[in-house]
Amino acid sequence: MSKHLNLTLHVWRQKNTNCDGKFVEYPAENVSPDMSFLEMLDVVNEGLIRKGEDPITFDHDCREGICGTCSMVINGRPHGPKERTTTCQLHMRSFQDGESITLEPWRAEAFPVLRDLMVDRTAFDRIIAAGGFISVPTGSPQDANALPIPKVNAELAMDAAACIGCGACVAACPNASAMLFVSAKINHLGQLPQGQPERYSRVRDMIAQMDAEEFGTCTNHGECEIACPKGIKMENIARMNRDFLKASITYRPAVVGGGAG
Amino acid sequence: MELKSQIPDGPIEKKWDKHKFDLKLVNPANKRKYKVIVVGSGLAGGAAAASLAELGYEVECYCYQDSPRRAHSIAAQGGINGAKNYHGDGDSVRRLFYDTVKGGDFRAREANVHRLAEVSNNIIDQCVGQGVPFAREYGGLLDNRSFGGAQVSRTFYARGQTGQQLLLGAYQALERQIGLGAVKMFSRHEMLEVIVVDGVAKGIVTRNMVTGKIESHVADAVCLATGGYGNVFYLSTNAKGCNGTAIWRAYKKGAAFANPCFTQIHPTCIPVTGDHQSKLTLMSESLRNDGRIWVPKRKEDCGKPASQIPEDDRDYYLERKYPSFGNLAPRDISSRAAKQACDEGRGIGATGRGVYLDFDDSIKRLGQPKIEERYGNLFEMYERITDENPYKTPMRIYPASHYTMGGLWVDYNLQSTIPGLFVLGEANFSDHGANRLGASALMQGLADGYFVIPYTIGGYLAGIKPGSRIKLDDPAVKATEQTVTDQIGRLFAIKGKQTPDHFHRELGKVMWEYSGMGRNEAGLKKALELIPQIREEFWNNLCIPGTGEEVNQSLEMAGRVADFLELGELLCLDALNRRESCGAHFREEWQTGEGEAMRDDESFCHVAAWEYQGEGNAPVRHTEQLAFESLHLATRNYK
Repeated sequence: MSKHLNLTLHVWRQKNTNCDGKFVEYPAENVSPDMSFLEMLDVVNEGLIRKGEDPITFDHDCREGICGTCSMVINGRPHGPKERTTTCQLHMRSFQDGESITLEPWRAEAFPVLRDLMVDRTAFDRIIAAGGFISVPTGSPQDANALPIPKVNAELAMDAAACIGCGACVAACPNASAMLFVSAKINHLGQLPQGQPERYSRVRDMIAQMDAEEFGTCTNHGECEIACPKGIKMENIARMNRDFLKASITYRPAVVGGGAG
Repeated sequence: MELKSQIPDGPIEKKWDKHKFDLKLVNPANKRKYKVIVVGSGLAGGAAAASLAELGYEVECYCYQDSPRRAHSIAAQGGINGAKNYHGDGDSVRRLFYDTVKGGDFRAREANVHRLAEVSNNIIDQCVGQGVPFAREYGGLLDNRSFGGAQVSRTFYARGQTGQQLLLGAYQALERQIGLGAVKMFSRHEMLEVIVVDGVAKGIVTRNMVTGKIESHVADAVCLATGGYGNVFYLSTNAKGCNGTAIWRAYKKGAAFANPCFTQIHPTCIPVTGDHQSKLTLMSESLRNDGRIWVPKRKEDCGKPASQIPEDDRDYYLERKYPSFGNLAPRDISSRAAKQACDEGRGIGATGRGVYLDFDDSIKRLGQPKIEERYGNLFEMYERITDENPYKTPMRIYPASHYTMGGLWVDYNLQSTIPGLFVLGEANFSDHGANRLGASALMQGLADGYFVIPYTIGGYLAGIKPGSRIKLDDPAVKATEQTVTDQIGRLFAIKGKQTPDHFHRELGKVMWEYSGMGRNEAGLKKALELIPQIREEFWNNLCIPGTGEEVNQSLEMAGRVADFLELGELLCLDALNRRESCGAHFREEWQTGEGEAMRDDESFCHVAAWEYQGEGNAPVRHTEQLAFESLHLATRNYK
C-alpha cells in the first residue's frame, strides 16, 4: 500500500457570476494515491457539508474522461499536470505529499463563472448550432455503404471528432480563443463526402458565431494543443483557415426564389 | 390499471408497416400548433427532439447537464448493432430479432423487438449521413466487429467511442434545430414533476440549476428519455448525475414501473480500489473479441503475478464452460461466472474480486499495432486509472452495475399508462427483456428517438384539438409546482449531520449485497427491512448547506437519493416476487445443477408492472402476459 498524502488546496470560491471571488485554503488530509482528483474533492466536500459549510462547486459527470463536463485549472494547467488526461481521470499518484494545489475555473470572457469552479460553456453549443452539422433530416439518407470513404479520411475525421468540448483549449489560450474547438468540428465534417455541400457555409457561419461570442483569435501559441485531453492537433486550425479563406473569396449567397403555382 | 400493449395484429414482419399506415397523421400546417416536451438529450431524447422538430412540431428539450452533448450515452464504447449483413455471414433482421429475444431470456415483447431489428438498418444509414465516422476497411466500406450473444459480426463502431460519435450526430441534428428556432433548449434544468390533469400528462415542473427557480412548462405531450436507474447501486458505470428522479416521480403520478429487478451487471469493469471509490469504469465488451478471460486454477496461485502462472495452471473458464460462445458469452452469464470464480477463492488483485482479461495471445497473433488500432483509447484509459500497462500485464476486471432493462411500462407506441406521457430509451422497459445484449442500447435509444416516436406521437396528437393545451395559470399547474417547492423545503428543514452521498453509499451497499448478481428470498427480505431504515435516517439526519435559490449540488443530490431510497425498495420487492431465474435476474433458489438460470415459464412468462398506491401503501403488481408466436420459448444455451 503506498503512502497517503497530505495536501493544501487553494480553491477559487465565487458565489455567483456577479459576485467577486477569492482563494480559500482547505486541507486535504490522508489522501489515497489511488483516488481520482475528483474523489479527493468529494472527500473534502463531505467534510465541509458535515460542518454545515458550502461545498466546493465543480462540474463533473461521467468521470471516465469522455463527457467533457469536468473543467478546472490545476496549478495553472487546465485539467492538471498529466498530458491527454481530463481532471476526472487524473489520479492523486500524480501529486507529492505536502504539495499545495491551486484550483481555478476556466477563465475566459466567453465562459462566465457560475459558481466556484463551474462555468457557463453554452457559447460552444451556439457555435455548433450556427453550422456544426450536416443537414440530413431523419430518414432521408441513402444506404450507409453507398458512399465509400477512404480509410485515411475516415480516420482523420475521427481524430478531429474525438473533441469532447470541454473548453480546456480556451482556458489554456492567452487570447481565450476557441479555434481548436471550432476547427476540430470543421475538419471532422470537412473530411467526409457527406460534409462537402455545406463545407464553406459551415466555416463562415461557425467563425462568425465564434467571433460574436467574444472568443479571441489564434496567434499560434500552441497552448491549446498541449492542454487538450484528447490530442486534437493544431493542424486543424491551419486547415480551417484555408477553408475560411476560400469561403471568403468564393462566397455567393444562395438565390432563393419563390415557387410558382 | 389495464395494461393494453396495443400490439398490431398480423404477421410479425408486417406489424410495424401496418401500424405506421393505421396511425392517424397530423396535417403539416397543424404540426406547429402542438408542443412536445422532451426530457433528456441522450441518444433517445436528442434524436427525438431533433426529429420531432424536423417534422414541424414545437419542441422544448430539457437536460440536467450544461450541454445536451454530455448526456451519458456519450460514454458507450463498443458499438451499435445493425442487421446489414454487409459481410455475408448470415445476418438478417430475423436473426437480430431472434438473438435479442433469446439474449433477453424470453422476457421481452416479440413485436417491439422485431421493430427494433427492422429499423436497425435505417439507424446506420442515418448516422453515416450525419457524418458519424464509423470504422472503415481499406476499400472505404464499413467495418464490423462481434459482440456477446451473437455469432455474426453486426456491430458498427467508431474506435472505442461509438456512443460519443452517435450522440454527437444526434446533438448536431438537435443544435441545427435549435439554431433554426424549432427547438428551445433548457440545459441545467432538472425535471422534478410531471403535470397530470384529469389523468393526462400536460407538462413538467423543473428546477433551474443555476438560479434555483422552480418553473412549470405545459405541452400537448411529454417524452421522458431520462435514462436508467443503475446508480441505485451507488457504484456503477453510470455518470454521477444519472438518476431515476424523472421516471420515479412519473411512477408516483400513475405511470406503471415494469420489471424494476431486471438490472444488468456488466462483466468487464475496472475493480474497486477503496472506500473513496465514486464510480466504476467500464472496459468495453468489445475487448472480449481479442481478450481471453481467466483465473488461476488453484487458489494458491492468486497472489503470484500473472506472468508467473503457466498456461496449464490457468482456467479460461468461459471457454471451458461455453465452448461455442467462449469469451463472447452474454453479459449476465459472464458476470455470474466471474463471481463464481471469485467466490471459490480464485479471484485476483488486492481485494480478491477480480479476473484477468488477457491480450497476450492476440498481441502475438495480430501484433500490437492492430490491437492499438482497435482498442488504443481503452488501453490508455485503463493505464491512467490503474497505473498498469495492459499491453504487458493482463487487465484486471470485475462486474459492476451498468444498465437497467426495467423502466416505465410502455405500450407499442411507447406511451406509458399516463396518456400523453411517452417514455424512450433506457427509461422504458420495452426491448431487452431480462438481459440486454452488447451494442443494443445505442440501437434502442436511436430507434425510439429517430424512427418510432416521430410516428407514434402523431397518432396521439391527432386526437387532440390543436391549441387546446392548458395555461400556465391553471390551478393544476400551480398545485404541482407547490409540491416541488414543498419537497425542497422539507429537505432543507431536516438540518441533520450527514451528507447525501453518505446515504447513497449506504443504500448502494445493501442493493449490491442483497440484490446484485445473486438474489435469494432471505437476502431480499433483509434488504426490504434495511432500506426503510436508511430512508428513515435520511429524513432525520440529512444536511444540505446553502439555500435553494442558488447553485446547490448537495440539494440536487439529496433529491435524487431520496428517490433512489424508494426505487431500491421496489426493485427488491419485484426481485422477491419473481420466483424464477431469468437473464440478469438470478434467484439462487432457481438454478440447475451446473449453476445456470432456471426459468419458470409456467408462472412468470410475463412483465410485472407495479402501480403506486400512495405513501405507506404497498404497490400493486399487475402483469402483462408475453406471447411467443413467432419464436419458440426455449432454454438459452450458449454452450
